[in-house]
Amino acid sequence: MTNQSSVAFVRRDIIPPAPPPPGQAGVLKWMRENLFSSVTNTLLTILSIYFIWSILAAIMPWTLNGVWVAGSLTECREIRDARGLESAACWAVINERWLQLLFGFYPTDDRLLSSLFYAEPLAAAGGLEAVFGAGSNATARIEFVNAMKADLSNLTIFFFGYWRPLLAVALLVVAVAPILYASLPRRLLLFSLAYPFIGVFLFWGGSFWGPMTVALGLVAALYLGRVVAGGYGLLGGGLAAVLAFILFFLNPLGVVGHTGLFPLFPHVKGVLDSVMPLGLPAIPSDQFGGFMLAIIIGTAGIVLSLPIGILLALGRQSTMPFIRWVCVTFIEVIRGVPLIVWLFVASTLLKYFLPPGSSFDALLRVIILVTLFASAYIAEVVRGGLAALPKGQYEAADSLGLDYWKSMQLIVLPQALKISIPGIVNTFIGLFKDTTLVVFVGLRDPLGLTNAIRATGEWNGIYWELYIFVALLFFTFCFFMSRYSMYLERKLQTDRR
Amino acid sequence: MKKSIFLGTLAVAGLAAGLASAQTMADVQARGTLKCGSNEGLAGFAAPDANGNMQGFDVSLCRAIAVAVLGDAQAVEFVPLTSQTRFTALAAGEVDVLVRNSTWTFSRDTDLKLDFVGVNYYDGQGFMVRKDLGVSSARELDGATVCIQTGTTTELNLADFFRVNGISYEPVPVATNAEGQQQYLAGACDVYTTDVSGLAATRATFENAGDHVILPEIVSKEPLGPVVRHGDNAWGDIVRWTLNAMIAAEEYGVTSANVAEMAAAPTMNPEINRLLGTEGELGAMIGLSKDWAVQVISAVGNYGEVFEAHIGENTPVGLARGLNAQWTNGGLLYSPPFR
Repeated sequence: MTNQSSVAFVRRDIIPPAPPPPGQAGVLKWMRENLFSSVTNTLLTILSIYFIWSILAAIMPWTLNGVWVAGSLTECREIRDARGLESAACWAVINERWLQLLFGFYPTDDRLLSSLFYAEPLAAAGGLEAVFGAGSNATARIEFVNAMKADLSNLTIFFFGYWRPLLAVALLVVAVAPILYASLPRRLLLFSLAYPFIGVFLFWGGSFWGPMTVALGLVAALYLGRVVAGGYGLLGGGLAAVLAFILFFLNPLGVVGHTGLFPLFPHVKGVLDSVMPLGLPAIPSDQFGGFMLAIIIGTAGIVLSLPIGILLALGRQSTMPFIRWVCVTFIEVIRGVPLIVWLFVASTLLKYFLPPGSSFDALLRVIILVTLFASAYIAEVVRGGLAALPKGQYEAADSLGLDYWKSMQLIVLPQALKISIPGIVNTFIGLFKDTTLVVFVGLRDPLGLTNAIRATGEWNGIYWELYIFVALLFFTFCFFMSRYSMYLERKLQTDRR
Repeated sequence: MKKSIFLGTLAVAGLAAGLASAQTMADVQARGTLKCGSNEGLAGFAAPDANGNMQGFDVSLCRAIAVAVLGDAQAVEFVPLTSQTRFTALAAGEVDVLVRNSTWTFSRDTDLKLDFVGVNYYDGQGFMVRKDLGVSSARELDGATVCIQTGTTTELNLADFFRVNGISYEPVPVATNAEGQQQYLAGACDVYTTDVSGLAATRATFENAGDHVILPEIVSKEPLGPVVRHGDNAWGDIVRWTLNAMIAAEEYGVTSANVAEMAAAPTMNPEINRLLGTEGELGAMIGLSKDWAVQVISAVGNYGEVFEAHIGENTPVGLARGLNAQWTNGGLLYSPPFR
């Protein structure tokens, strides 16, 4: 017997970890711990499963058996009966009208569509000028367009007929990306600044030089302000910028009855127009509609209300009584009245306060009031953030010798805004959904369009399918906003808590 | 029909009527389009088709006016108006004419400083019930639950009707026609009441339309017609006589099919000749071309054709002519003479 053999057994290597006993791992363990941990929980689980199953059993067959191709609700019902189904959604209405729900009555680019996809009938009708030119017959043109659209698929019309709003929305994503995600190159922010003018040009059309000249005027005023500020201090620079702005966009000589020289804006635009005429067909805002309208009003409101709201919140905390009173009054008045009342003011009453004969774009009126309404709410949310900041932070900023704007910009606001993110995003989501209220002032928002679609003989009596589609559109957007806010909170979670 | 009780806007509307300019016609011609206040969507009366072109009974009248003034049935800008904003928008000059199934009432015609220039549809409030309820008259509806749109004249008419007949009811308020349909179908109420044209359109969308009946009682008068602002009588005349031309054309058998032939040479009937401009100078008296009525009828059709195309018995809405037949057929349509 060797020494070795005198030892009964020596283990040389570690036992590989054995799998946990059955029922102690994976799905089974999770289920036992979370769903069936006690008699009560087991009962509740079974009840919940039954509850969810009965809801799905009622909804899913209706959803999945839906009829996708039909010309009217009656046809849908016939197809359903022919298939022997008890209930089936009539998705055909979405299939036929989804472009209308997305874009309202925004005109398609019929010239492009017809020359790309309908060339032969176009030639037969006499070419582009004969159909769409100035001297063309409106009735014949509309019949031609109707025939063309009946011939083309909705997807073709979507991509080529609506290229302007599509391009505008795509560029909007590009413009917003550098603001949302700090990892993108900072130079993209220049494009974000230019986007409002590009967006307006694409959506509304008209002369390219209109929005261009406005941008030019603003840049010139700012530049002049900076140059003067270099020589004469901040106050002189500010005054110079304001003066340049007034001369460019308003007519200060109007008080003494002189018109013609000022504002400079139409002169510059006129020269540019005559040198190089460039533009798209103009589309008035009363033809805007559908989900596009919600995006325009929502985005404009969101982008504009944040800076205004922050300024209002700072103003409300100001030690200067006049500024404080103005801000408090503004916030309380705007917030104390329902949005729908403000929309009525925008759509009807505002007309009486403006000089007679001046017509003020209805969509613009609504955007302005929605922005003011949202900024009052944002102001209160941001004020909450400011109030949550310990007093020591303000004192620390002061002790560093920073002036008011620097201390706000570098110390106070970054912290206060971070605290306010959930509240701000909450307000934005609310604002985005509130855009459906414009249906009451006659703008064709998606819900108003469901009404209009139902008013046609073919689709009268259809409800759920349209509402579900609109709900899905809104849900997608609001869900994205909510996820983004959670991402932002996680990313900025560097605080002392 | 719907009456919004939006006092603020009404008061302002009254104020603004003084500002109304007396040159709508010139404005329309300068603009090149007619701004027509229309419903956002009402089956048969105004609705957009798949390409966004407005179609309907009220829409056709807008197109007829556009043909008379501008010679182009497509030169119309339809401004969708809610029942709350319609009169204010007209008073404020945002539309030239309002053709939005609006009921002609005393206060609207006088206090709101508007002019109803005619009636293009005689409506009235009715009741719809399920057939298996076994009710044949509205007087048997004692104790019934009634779905009713709030804030409308129908609500007041309903209360009047039940009080006069000494029977009781339980109202189920709904906000819109769509909600009313759903509530009624879901059995939340025994009776749905609104204008008969609306009831017929609603009933036509039901899966089993035969299971529902519209009771014979009509409990209110709802004359619907085009509206213009006070103070521009020349413009009011144009709208009034465009409507009358369509009605008279039906009476004399002038249709879009035969109007060209009838206008080619004077016919045996002098009234037709004056209407179609082959005799007399009627067009010039309201500032229109000699053959304005010919253009209107050939582009849009006469009253009967428009009725049959959009709300008649062969359409989903399926309305009988009833009160809206010519006076010669026992209806109320009666155009003053073209002389």
